[in-house]
Amino acid sequence: MEIIYFMIPMALILVGVIVWIFFWSVRSGQFDDLEGPAHEILMDDDDTRSKNPESGPDKKE
Amino acid sequence: MCCKGCEAVAQAIVDNGLTDFYRHRTENAPTGQELVPEFLRQARAYDHPQVQKTFVHVESETVREASLILEGITCAACVWLNERHIAALPGVLDVKVNYATHRARVKWDNARIQLSQILEAVHNIGYVAHPYDPSHQERLIENERRAMLKRLGVAAVLGMQIMILAVSMYAGDFYGMEPEFRSFFSWISLGITLPILLYSAAPFFRAAWRDLSHRQTGMDVPVSLGITIAFAGSAWATWQQSGHVYYDSVAMFVFFLLTARYFELVARKRAAEAGQALVHAAPAVATRLSTDGDREETVSVAELVNGDRVLVPPGDTVPADGEVVEGRSSVDESLLTGESDPIGKQPGDKVIGGSINFESPLIIRVTGTGEDSVLASILRLLDRAQTEKPAVSQLADRTAAWFVLGVLILAGITAVYWLQHEPAKWLPILVSVLVVTCPCALSLATPTALTAATGGLTRMGLLVTRGHALETLARANHFIFDKTGTLTLGKLRVLEVRVLAELDETKLLTIAAALESRSEHPIARAICAITSASLPRFEKVQNTPGGGITGELDGEPWWIGSIHFIQQQARTVIDADTVTNLQASGRTVVWLANRAGVQAAIVLGDELRPGAAELVRYLQSAGKAVTLLTGDHEMAAHLVASHLGITDVHWDQTPDTKLAHVRALQQRGEIVAMIGDGVNDAPVLAGAHLSIAMGSGAHIAAASADMLLLSQQLPHLKTATRVSRKTMGIIRENLAWAVMYNLVALPLAATGYVAPWMAAIGMSASSLLVVGNALRLTRRSKTTGNA
Repeated sequence: MEIIYFMIPMALILVGVIVWIFFWSVRSGQFDDLEGPAHEILMDDDDTRSKNPESGPDKKE
Repeated sequence: MCCKGCEAVAQAIVDNGLTDFYRHRTENAPTGQELVPEFLRQARAYDHPQVQKTFVHVESETVREASLILEGITCAACVWLNERHIAALPGVLDVKVNYATHRARVKWDNARIQLSQILEAVHNIGYVAHPYDPSHQERLIENERRAMLKRLGVAAVLGMQIMILAVSMYAGDFYGMEPEFRSFFSWISLGITLPILLYSAAPFFRAAWRDLSHRQTGMDVPVSLGITIAFAGSAWATWQQSGHVYYDSVAMFVFFLLTARYFELVARKRAAEAGQALVHAAPAVATRLSTDGDREETVSVAELVNGDRVLVPPGDTVPADGEVVEGRSSVDESLLTGESDPIGKQPGDKVIGGSINFESPLIIRVTGTGEDSVLASILRLLDRAQTEKPAVSQLADRTAAWFVLGVLILAGITAVYWLQHEPAKWLPILVSVLVVTCPCALSLATPTALTAATGGLTRMGLLVTRGHALETLARANHFIFDKTGTLTLGKLRVLEVRVLAELDETKLLTIAAALESRSEHPIARAICAITSASLPRFEKVQNTPGGGITGELDGEPWWIGSIHFIQQQARTVIDADTVTNLQASGRTVVWLANRAGVQAAIVLGDELRPGAAELVRYLQSAGKAVTLLTGDHEMAAHLVASHLGITDVHWDQTPDTKLAHVRALQQRGEIVAMIGDGVNDAPVLAGAHLSIAMGSGAHIAAASADMLLLSQQLPHLKTATRVSRKTMGIIRENLAWAVMYNLVALPLAATGYVAPWMAAIGMSASSLLVVGNALRLTRRSKTTGNA
């Protein structure tokens, strides 16, 4: 059971990394719009009907 | 197609290969939206470098970036359509639309495209975009939201870790556990709880300290005390290596409370964003005339000083308070006064910044800008009213605070008792008492019920922005309505066409519309709106501001306008009985005449909002008092009141007198709900116990409101009152359960009969029961929401 003295600190380091990633994602604005992306997934860029000769490559994604 | 506008939009969508819009849209767009020609004229002004200074970020020589507010977004497909349409413009480098906030960030190459062209492109597909400068306050709220989200995230992730350790330790109570591991787990839990306490719970401590230094007790005081004592007790137990630890309770408690507050903050942020658009009410540019009156220059409004002479073309917003020096016109001051009828202006008259000039150019001398303007003074009034928000709104918080405070005092007495009788047991029992009283059930009782109800109402289009709103709505016994824009649609419409001679009604209407199509006056726009036939061309058209229009069709002169205009110009006499008959109703009448005499009378009026009568009837049958407060004149007020059956009517009200009226009612102990929409309503909205603003109204009103009726359907308020009462019922049930549970559990814990694990199970079961009860509300509010 002594392994627990190794496992728990490892878990804590993992938690630290998770918190850091979470902070980064909040800072970079990923939580600013929680509704839009859900709809965006349905809107394909390669849909032929929505192609516009002037638009060129899509800069958004 | 409902109109030419929609046809044009559909054409633009198909032409640009954007037909997917129809596949992706999740809701139909609002129809009959008015196009705003004056907006297009103003758009050009946004290209001016002087004006761009305030809101455009210059990235390099030619690359510019700006934030835009998009109006008219109803669903995800609109966002998609706007993004694609703007991105397709040559010269636009990047565009990103935020679905939640309806804001867009656009980056463009100034050498290839101008900002006004982008705005026009958006306008062409039926939306309105205007640039804005994110205000200081909005940025603050956004920062606060992000900070809160981080705190919430930390509490959630670390809380889960603590739960894992806590479950092991609870299991250890049953199956045995080496003291060495128990101690290790406790120390680790202590370490993980520290960030929750110091970082996530920091706002509670700060608020509690603020309350205490003002000699008040808010909800935050007992919350902070509870957290501190539970933590300190656990830390002591960890140090002593005896007794139970309650780090899990601390973590969960902080997490639940933060979640509730986060959602409240998000709702408030939305309201604040709506308020941002008030900046839009004041125009960004003005045309200043040089002192000799020859040269015109475009300057930003901020540069205007008293004494400047400014030209206001028809259709433009008056840039500052001032006095008319030249020109005759009529202006719409409804934004500031709530009065729907345009007001005639001639040299010597005062005009208010923010009002809209209708008929012909005006030259004004500036008398007040910025802080000195009428608009600014209304804003100050609003600020004051907001700080004096009546105390009843915090009552719920305070009751809960007292309850928790009582529990804390009881816990203190228990601790002292055990300290004197059996010193070894005092700490475990104290912590047991604190845990078993379960702040969870108490703290969950209200938020879960409110969240469930609020969710249902939001789906219906009623946004709740303040925590107390539902409770106050359930208790309100006096409802005050504004007239224009709230009970009525706030737009002039043709109500009746009375043909007074032999000519055909359709023919007369085309003639009237053709003449009026030369004017920007709201009456003219209302008349043009009723016919879609192609209009004959008039010659020698002359517009007499404040009177009417005359023109020749096939050499035959026609007149349209007020009764005085017709009698003077057409030299005909109108039958006095007809006049009194038509005008008695308090409505606007426009007369159409030719050489043969008066041909027709067109009656215009502000239409009642659908469902207004239903709502008023419901409120009155529920025993609530209903009052009409309006800035309009007596006749118009009575007309609406008599239709709706409102007997308590007050007219010619200013923001000041409206606020005084509400204060007087509150002095008598009435709980006042105010429903309004205009800038002039904003102070009184802030002063009422509960304020509900129409979503379409002035955004300043929306920003100060506790509830926002985005759907603009008055019957939804009826549903909301019903839901609010049900919600209060459920909250009472939840609180009753929590109190009952505590009354049983507390003595048992205080006398030392409750083992920690029993306390934990009791606490969880009690919490689950409370949440389950609250969820009944989502089911009910869903069914009522569809009604």
